[in-house]
Amino acid sequence: MRHLATESLVRPLSELCQRISFELPKDIRRALTEAARKESNLRAQEILQILLANLEVAERDRVPLCQDTGMIVVWAQIGQDLCLEGSLRAAVDQAVAQTCEEARLRPSMLSHPLNRASNTGDNTPAFIHLELVPGDQLTLHVAAKGGGSENMSAVWMMSPSQGREGLIEAVVGRVREAGGRPCPPLVLGLGVGGNFETAPLLAKQALFRSLGDRSPDPVLADLEAEILARVNATGIGPLGLGGDTTALAVHAVAGPCHLATMPVALNMQCHAARHGTLVI
Amino acid sequence: MNAARLDLPLTRGAVLQLRAGQAARLFGPMYTARDAAHARLREALRTGESAPFPLAGSTIYYCGPTPGRLPETLGAAGPTTSSRMDAYAPELYASGILATLGKGERSLAVREACRNYGTVYLVTVGGAGALLGSRVVAAETLAYPDLGPEAIRRLIVKDFPVWVAYDAHGGSIFPGDLPLEAD
Repeated sequence: MRHLATESLVRPLSELCQRISFELPKDIRRALTEAARKESNLRAQEILQILLANLEVAERDRVPLCQDTGMIVVWAQIGQDLCLEGSLRAAVDQAVAQTCEEARLRPSMLSHPLNRASNTGDNTPAFIHLELVPGDQLTLHVAAKGGGSENMSAVWMMSPSQGREGLIEAVVGRVREAGGRPCPPLVLGLGVGGNFETAPLLAKQALFRSLGDRSPDPVLADLEAEILARVNATGIGPLGLGGDTTALAVHAVAGPCHLATMPVALNMQCHAARHGTLVI
Repeated sequence: MNAARLDLPLTRGAVLQLRAGQAARLFGPMYTARDAAHARLREALRTGESAPFPLAGSTIYYCGPTPGRLPETLGAAGPTTSSRMDAYAPELYASGILATLGKGERSLAVREACRNYGTVYLVTVGGAGALLGSRVVAAETLAYPDLGPEAIRRLIVKDFPVWVAYDAHGGSIFPGDLPLEAD
């Protein structure tokens, strides 16, 4: 049994949270550069160039990429042979609060949804999802998720008779309805199956996958390719002002489900897809 | 891209010349306000109190910035989703606001308000907060400091890139929108 003091997580976690506030992962950067090269709409091209210039300014000046510096979502995969000493919650929230102050982030968390003056002032608490896995490692997948794209996300309890086509129509329809509001170009995280509470988690986890990696499941890989093509055919474009680049990628994850059900969750991610992973 | 220079505060004459889809660069003062500040602003107007900034001719920027290195500067300062402020916008346009600035599509009521009051809705690049923050040359908190990032701030901007999303004549930049009939 390996032992790990949770307070040792604070520093590396805070450094990761800082880094993702100022720098996008290479895969997203590459996808934006490629989109700017291929985009046929002139205004869309200009917007993509502004987004690329923004990455430079953020990295150079250590200024957050976006003023919505996000809510921190941690997907913690805990090895079952690992014994955590201390509170994981306390360590994560300490790292989040520390980052908020040191990196001059925007505190965006309310302690009560119906009290708009209940800002916690340090961007805590984080959203923590636990998963037990084999081994004795701790893997923390961390995202700084913006509110605008979260607002346009959706979950449907579909009828199995609606099938694959019904699913695609729901997703593409939702992207169309959202238009420029979730800050396209988007990454679409899709959770297919599971139940009412797990489908959105699958969708969230799908967003952690590297861009360009297709699902290893050929059925899902086909689904991803078809949704991506149909979403980009809508003409919504960057910021909804028209163009070929509405989404950079579609990532689908499936889970077993009850035979009477077909839950589908769509988690929208804006182009500032800030995430990273810490393995300890 | 040919972007026209637009000096703030805007004039009615300048606003009426703008057409949906046109690119422009803003220079001058504008005021930030988002969800919570709008609720208070509306309450103030309805109870006959004066607004914390001059409404006539002003531009409201839907933005909740991050703090800068110095108190008079900002960090990231990009737009937030405008549609959340749709419920407030027509009343503010009626009270003299000439332009609102944010991102994304809005309700038909906002498009109609732009046409009816001779005002505009501008958009800028969501998610380009660092670059847009670098175009804010000065910032001061004017009202509601207890709202933190949602406080009303007066910004002075320079070379701030925008597009005209809804013009004063029923036009829209968004690909799915049909033009409204002229008033």
